[in-house]
Amino acid sequence: MFEKLTVSSTPHILSKNTTSKIMTHVVIALLPATLGALYFFRLEAAVIIFLSIATAVLSEWGIQKIRKQPITINDMSAVVTGLLLGLNLSASVPWWIPVIGSAFAVIVVKQIFGGIGQNFMNPALAARIMLTISWTGRMTNWISPGADAVSTATPLSYVKGFNVIPENAPRIFDMFIGNIGGSLGETSALLLIIGGLYLVFKGIISYKVPLAFIGTVAAITLIYGGFDFSFMSYHVFSGGLMIGAIFMATDYSSTPITMKGRIIFALGCGIITSFIRLYGAFPEGVGFSILLMNMSAPLIEKYTRPRVFGGGKQNA
Amino acid sequence: MHNKKVRGENKKMKHLTFKGGIHPPYSKELTSHLETEKANAPSLVAIPISQHIGAPCNPIVKVGDRVLVGEKIGEAGGFVSSPIHASVSGTVKAIKDVPSVMSGNVLSIVIESDGKDEVHSSVSPKGKIETLSAKEIVEIVKEAGIVGMGGATFPTHVKLSPPPDKKIDTFILNGAECEPYLTDDHRLMLEEPDDIVYGLRAMMKAVNVDKAFIGIEDNKQDAIEAMIKATQEFDNIEVVTCETKYPQGSEKQLIYACVNKEVPSGKLPMDVGVVVNNVGTAAQVAKTIKTGMPLIERITTISGSAVKTPRNLLLKIGVPIKEVIEQCGGYTDDVGKIIMGGPMMGLAQHTDEVVITKGSSGIVVLNTDEAKAQQESQCIRCGTCVEQCPSFIEPLHISSYSRHNAMDLAEEYRAVDCIECGTCSFGCPAKIPLLQAIRVAKQHIIAKRRK
Repeated sequence: MFEKLTVSSTPHILSKNTTSKIMTHVVIALLPATLGALYFFRLEAAVIIFLSIATAVLSEWGIQKIRKQPITINDMSAVVTGLLLGLNLSASVPWWIPVIGSAFAVIVVKQIFGGIGQNFMNPALAARIMLTISWTGRMTNWISPGADAVSTATPLSYVKGFNVIPENAPRIFDMFIGNIGGSLGETSALLLIIGGLYLVFKGIISYKVPLAFIGTVAAITLIYGGFDFSFMSYHVFSGGLMIGAIFMATDYSSTPITMKGRIIFALGCGIITSFIRLYGAFPEGVGFSILLMNMSAPLIEKYTRPRVFGGGKQNA
Repeated sequence: MHNKKVRGENKKMKHLTFKGGIHPPYSKELTSHLETEKANAPSLVAIPISQHIGAPCNPIVKVGDRVLVGEKIGEAGGFVSSPIHASVSGTVKAIKDVPSVMSGNVLSIVIESDGKDEVHSSVSPKGKIETLSAKEIVEIVKEAGIVGMGGATFPTHVKLSPPPDKKIDTFILNGAECEPYLTDDHRLMLEEPDDIVYGLRAMMKAVNVDKAFIGIEDNKQDAIEAMIKATQEFDNIEVVTCETKYPQGSEKQLIYACVNKEVPSGKLPMDVGVVVNNVGTAAQVAKTIKTGMPLIERITTISGSAVKTPRNLLLKIGVPIKEVIEQCGGYTDDVGKIIMGGPMMGLAQHTDEVVITKGSSGIVVLNTDEAKAQQESQCIRCGTCVEQCPSFIEPLHISSYSRHNAMDLAEEYRAVDCIECGTCSFGCPAKIPLLQAIRVAKQHIIAKRRK
């Protein structure tokens, strides 16, 4: 028999899906790239990634403690932010770069704007851009993978200003597996794609968003390069395109809520990335493109509101 | 095997479902294989005067009166209302308030059974479809107190009396049964398919249409087979195999699946020329025409983890559910929630003294773990609610506006188009009670519009 019955509003059953499960899936999806970073960049990678994650979690805990808010570090979102930022840094950065970056990402970009789901920019990306602007030299001192790490240029700097691949540029196959200079986690397209497929398979992201982003870059660079497929592939597999398209342009908080809006968002990212890479002052444009589109997200969302079943007057 | 063409067998046909929706755990295997059994005769029934949408009916018996099975004991209180009938023979012991399934109390006619089940003289066969006129069929349905038995309990005779300016061309029978746990429609389609078709044909005659669809989810293949067999000789009745997806049995979604038409916002099925009724309602119409017996009993699925022996029972209207549960082996030691209806749209009860009514499709009893409220966290804007909403509204925004008392914005975001299916709350990873908040906005807006 019973003493007390629960009386509540419908529905009486809920799905098993939770925020922390979603965030844990994202962490799992980033593991191949993380392991790749450890393999290519060894101890430096381990230290940077550890500091980045630890600072992110501690910052979230600390700011919520100070502001007397419920502690939400168990939702794993701070881990995702820390890990993403770590993977966005060069193996050569000093220890305080990931610390400042993660604290900025979590405290300024995420918590001050209201915490999870409320940040209008991707925290890890905003932190990367902030660090790059503040410490440009340290942030762009890329080193080659391996034990005897030496300073090197990223693949994108080789093609800057060209519409063909110069002779001395890295091979596309090396770029695909990640055996090139660049930030810890963005170099290996293969490992990022594995993580992306995991997210699509688990239903965390839609394949449409990364596909639209990467597809747009592919189409524009294909035309720019005079239908040279290797030039296009070079652009597709280099820089932050994979990590940006799979893990950042798919961020829930800072992109439109509707699928139509998210695809428009991704197309915009692709166009801006291509134009910065091909015509801008910087070799790389993924980060700026996503942040610019983050800021357009509310507007896109407003104009892509779904048509209500049964029609009727829209926006009443 | 069957020479009859079945819509939906060709999976490429797109409109045999709707956009959005979810796949909750169906838990139907607990009872779907169990034949409907006649419940023990009750010693006492309490028949509420309001078991339907519309005006309550007025008692026409007094305390001390002897009543017989099928005798009318409450007269309809208007056009959108429905009479009630004695489900047992015996003596009226009281006319008093008893706990209502909806909330609060409801005036009910309490009858002590004499155990004889003596049938009232008014109960006699009403004739044949061929000889009855449309008007007569509507009158029979009205007098028998027949209401939507899928749970909505809208008086059926009202649905069968569309205004003359609405041209009805299609009848749809709802056999989707998309609510988890419930299997009463499933069993009915297996056990009494001919009655369902007979009742359907009578209602088709009543609204003068010659095209009908019976929509059934594809997780009930045996019911689909049974209904195809029962409709073999009627070329104008098609069985439609729908995708198993919640809320497939929602009226507007089922219409879309069957005839590919969207009921315009704020309008009724008849505005697209369709009348929808539940398979259970059709079977009751057949029974009433054939035997004259009004709606005094129905099939109810009793299921859930906190019921010892889940069953499908044929129950008299007015039986306290406490007694029904006892016939299912009683409760387990761990009862958390009693739901009248299914777990997606059914109503949680504060007591098991409520009674079986015309709309009681199921009693689902959950254990304390299943009933436990979940900790809500902040919206992460994953978009699941928007993607899955079958009404294509944006639950996250409407619920947020509602909770901030910004009802104008909730209205602008079309809160009123919500069908209250609960798909949004079900899928939300942050466990936000989205529907609850939307419902508040909806009620607020509707009240404001009435003013």
